[in-house]
Amino acid sequence: MSGTSRPKAPAATVSGQPPAWLRRTILIVICGLFLVPLLAMFEFTLRQQGGGYGIEHWAALVDPENSRMYRNLVKGIGNSLLLAVITIAIVWVLFLPTIVLVHLQFPRLARAFELLTVLPIAIPAIVLVVGLAPLYRIIVQVLGGHIWTLALAYGILVLPFAYRAIVSELEGMGAKTLVEAARSLGASWFTVLWRVIVPGVRRGLTSATLITAAVVLGEFTVSSLLNRVTMQVALVEVSKSDPYAAVITSLLSLVIVFALLFIFASIRPRGQRKQRGGAAQAPTATAAIATSEIQPVTATQKEVGANG
Amino acid sequence: MADTSNAAAAAAAQKGTPIVFESVTKAYGDTTVLHGIDLSIAPGEFVALLGPSGCGKTTMLRCLAGLEQPTSGRILVGGEDVSPVPVNKRDMSVVFQAYSLFPHMTVAQNVGFGLEMRKVGKAERATRVAEALELVGLGHTADRYAHQLSGGQQQRVALARALVTKPRALLLDEPLSALDAKVRVRLRDEIKAIQVELGITTIFVTHDQEEALAVADRVAVMREGVIEQLGAPEDLYRRPETPFVASFIGESNKLAGVLTGGRVRVPGAVLPVLPAAISALDEGGSAAGTTEVTAFVRPEQLRLEALSGAEGTEQDGLVATVVSSGFFGAHRRTVVRADSGETITVQHSTGEQFAAEQQVVLRYSGEAVAVEAR
Repeated sequence: MSGTSRPKAPAATVSGQPPAWLRRTILIVICGLFLVPLLAMFEFTLRQQGGGYGIEHWAALVDPENSRMYRNLVKGIGNSLLLAVITIAIVWVLFLPTIVLVHLQFPRLARAFELLTVLPIAIPAIVLVVGLAPLYRIIVQVLGGHIWTLALAYGILVLPFAYRAIVSELEGMGAKTLVEAARSLGASWFTVLWRVIVPGVRRGLTSATLITAAVVLGEFTVSSLLNRVTMQVALVEVSKSDPYAAVITSLLSLVIVFALLFIFASIRPRGQRKQRGGAAQAPTATAAIATSEIQPVTATQKEVGANG
Repeated sequence: MADTSNAAAAAAAQKGTPIVFESVTKAYGDTTVLHGIDLSIAPGEFVALLGPSGCGKTTMLRCLAGLEQPTSGRILVGGEDVSPVPVNKRDMSVVFQAYSLFPHMTVAQNVGFGLEMRKVGKAERATRVAEALELVGLGHTADRYAHQLSGGQQQRVALARALVTKPRALLLDEPLSALDAKVRVRLRDEIKAIQVELGITTIFVTHDQEEALAVADRVAVMREGVIEQLGAPEDLYRRPETPFVASFIGESNKLAGVLTGGRVRVPGAVLPVLPAAISALDEGGSAAGTTEVTAFVRPEQLRLEALSGAEGTEQDGLVATVVSSGFFGAHRRTVVRADSGETITVQHSTGEQFAAEQQVVLRYSGEAVAVEAR
């Protein structure tokens, strides 16, 4: 793909690429589809009690007088953020080394491992909870009932996304040879992981982190059925009495996640990616990087969409 | 005793490290890829492991590097059994076939990686990295990234990265296979020059016989997990000990022959046979019965003469018809067909020219040839 040289002139339909105007139209339509609900939510939050528009509901949210009413919501947000951090830590500290190990040292296990990682998607969340409930009775007895234990279940939920994101990068970087080169140059396994693998799968790790945050912040079924207060659970509760506060919080969380997504997606690694076959022409090389960069994010977005 | 071993160690440090394979076997489940390999490599020697793909040459190198564990047997590096030593402590550098530069590091950072792992100070690191890059002629690329280099340059950097730590041995795993023919030859010669300059023990895995013969002090020809023959390039070419080596190294015409009294009768001549080939047949157990053999005759062991009018008077020659003739710069190759239908390739000087359909006489130089039971 990177090898084919693309003519710079527009409307080069022969090469399989749609003309510029079509691309732009598609982009605008898709952005519109994303924006309409957000704008609708925003419009809703501005509706005043007595008709007309104003910031009444936004002000009410930060009004100290209402702090009791929103106490659960604040707690839920705090819990969700904590869970997101812990789950991300699980992805980094547990999943990444495991995936690398399976991929490089025990390639025979890769098949079984891959199947395993699909299970959390294949099994409906409600069924998962039925299985998790008795487990959590034991977990509560052993580790206590603190909210962080929920991160263990979340780790399972995000495994499919984290796995995909990391493995595709790992395969793309030719990890085996790089690891062997680093090892023979005297690097310990930890150094290999930190100095060679992590920079190599940076983009995959970034999207894994982001998706993890998105999944955890958006998760409702498991936390609700296990009686934990997370942001989504609190939102449902608040929406019963104050739909405006619920929509404002949802809107903010969506905007923050989108912002994070764009920030992470636009970061370019310093060394950029190695082009196989050596001296690729600079313009084509950057074009290839740009296209390959967009793919993982959109693909994983689709997966999140399918799951939710 | 202690003194002598110290002296030996000091000498080894200067002139490279000896490496010994002692009945090294490697099996993956039921498939055995190395059958008790014995190989002794002198300090500073350049040994090539040559063979077709799947012959175990790369596995052998990987066992030495520590990237694979032998199923049984020992590998001694500088007299020390390295079996319990993990890859990162073996102090042997590998240059791989696949480009293996770290893509997120500059050339200088790549080359300095091994020194960093050995906790070499920043200032010394910079000097040694610069030296190593100079050695491979890439001093000007220090700040570039791998994707900004050509394939040949990437492999040079990989070579610099391997050499900068002054390892006990340099292990080259088909480092030239991904390169263009011209770059391949140039880099091959440079590797040889650098190896001679540094005196580092070097093992070079390749499936390209020309490459192996050109650079190595000794070549180990491997097949199906065993070393078929180990020797200087010229020995392998002139005195192949097994039919496999005879047909794998260089080119040969395979002619049907009959063995009689240590000599082989081929169409148009009776030729002496290499002693190793005779003993190989003996070991085969069928020597007494086997007289039907295939003789391996090199194209340069043959010559052609235009057929003179006096036919039938030829003593040791074979009348044949020229099929085609090709020009190869330094020499010419002519393919002829004998009356029996065999096609035979002859290499001769460009001064002689033969036209297609021309009747010629094929003569043998009389050098000993290898044979194989038919």
